[in-house]
Amino acid sequence: MTLPDATVDHLLRVAGGASDATGRYELQEEIGRGGMGVVYRAHDRDLQRDVALKVLGPGAEAGDLARRLHREARVLASLEHPGMVPVHDVGILDGRAFYVMQLVRGRRLDQWAAESPSLAERLRAFERICETVAFAHAHGVVHRDLKPGNVMLGAFGEVLVMDWGVAKVLADASGAPPAPSGDAETAAGTVLGTPGYMAPEQAAGDTRAVDARTDVYALGGLLHFLLAGSPPTAGSLPRGSPRPLAAIVRRCLAIARTERYTSVIELAADIRAFQAQDPVAAYPEGPLQKAGRVVSRYRVPIALVLAYMLMRVALLLWTGV
Amino acid sequence: MVEGARSLDPEERRRAWERVVQAYWKPAYVYLRVRRGASAEDAEDLTQGFFARAFEKRFFDGFDPARARFRTFLRTCLDGYAANERAADQRLKRGGGAIMLPLDFATAERDLPPSSLAGEDPDAVFHREWVRAVCAEALEVVRRRCRESGRDLALAVFERCDLSDLADADRPSYAALAAEFGIPLTQVTNLLASARREFRGAMLETVRARTASDEEFAEEARRLLGRESS
Repeated sequence: MTLPDATVDHLLRVAGGASDATGRYELQEEIGRGGMGVVYRAHDRDLQRDVALKVLGPGAEAGDLARRLHREARVLASLEHPGMVPVHDVGILDGRAFYVMQLVRGRRLDQWAAESPSLAERLRAFERICETVAFAHAHGVVHRDLKPGNVMLGAFGEVLVMDWGVAKVLADASGAPPAPSGDAETAAGTVLGTPGYMAPEQAAGDTRAVDARTDVYALGGLLHFLLAGSPPTAGSLPRGSPRPLAAIVRRCLAIARTERYTSVIELAADIRAFQAQDPVAAYPEGPLQKAGRVVSRYRVPIALVLAYMLMRVALLLWTGV
Repeated sequence: MVEGARSLDPEERRRAWERVVQAYWKPAYVYLRVRRGASAEDAEDLTQGFFARAFEKRFFDGFDPARARFRTFLRTCLDGYAANERAADQRLKRGGGAIMLPLDFATAERDLPPSSLAGEDPDAVFHREWVRAVCAEALEVVRRRCRESGRDLALAVFERCDLSDLADADRPSYAALAAEFGIPLTQVTNLLASARREFRGAMLETVRARTASDEEFAEEARRLLGRESS
């Protein structure tokens, strides 16, 4: 039987897409799914190890999604940091764009937070997230979709920021602006992100206004989630949290970008200051608050001095009698 | 195949020639119908006559891989042969004593796309038929290898997904295939990937056999599969 034209065309496409990668990776199970594609646990037959393989859905072998997926792989590969997942391979699998990364064995931030870690543990994890995001910003990359589902805590305590699929490249490491096509996949007016963690300028589709402060807003949402167990809604602040932390969240979530932290480094510095019971930039203290914080920070030496003085007074009274 | 067609060993030359006929008779027939405007009967005669004469007169000895692709060379020979036959008004008559090849002209005629007769680029038609023949041969290789290695399910999924005469939008989704064959979605992906890779390899082997040099093979493979292939 003669092959019809449509079948010949289709066969050429699938044969063209069947690269060596087609035989190298054996898909095992789906471990994640998003707007852009599916993440599988896969087995790398060449290196005999399990990996995570992110691939576009069937029928999306070309066009914007494929370009975005490969751009995400390039962004990941360009950011070598303990908080980033290493990329091993990129290409076309079974006619679909894919990339392969380290398989992270661990839990998502929301799953981990549900186990009620202490405040100190939550703040340490948040600080690690800030370090990774600050590193990306230093390399001209804004994440634009920070949320609990995009952060993984590994089996060895590592905190990894995932899913850089909608990241915006502001400049390369040398500070040079990106190539003209750098943000073509996210043209003005296209809203990419997650409600609750999305800065107002991002929600408005104003891609030109997106910068590091857009991620600062999302980090405020993440901190709110870690403190209250839920994302912020309409300017809400985490109830029952220490006031300095609530103030940090408030500054992150400011509607006007100019009122937020200008960098994630500043935000992380405030978190560290709170942990060390130092003054927090986002929380102007009155005399009483300052006294309370100093007492709290130096409670042991103050207690010792007070005990010593009480003992002296008691001794004087006793010897006076 | 191409080297064999120029061999000094008569047996080897005959075997290679038969493979050349198998690979090229249909593109030649369609080309004659479209480019030369030959009637079905004349195209049959010319096709039969061309390949018979090519064997007798050792047309392929004159092929120089450095100057042209084998496909282009063969088409040029065919043009010359058809022009001569017409000028001399010496049509070969079927059953006239020349070598008769068992070629299925009825099927070729039936599958002749009507649009091609209305003005499609004749060179494109020749190439198209050549590609169709390559795909068909590669498919047979995949079928044989899958059956021999007990991968009937991979073959079945491949045929269901990739061989139906449907527009891409109408092809069954992976989820539909998983439901139809009662297997997990990941298995559909793995089976398809395996069969498609087999098909790609068979295509490259087929193209390798139909080209005369590494350069020609690389160019044809790139043209067919869209990238450097190995």
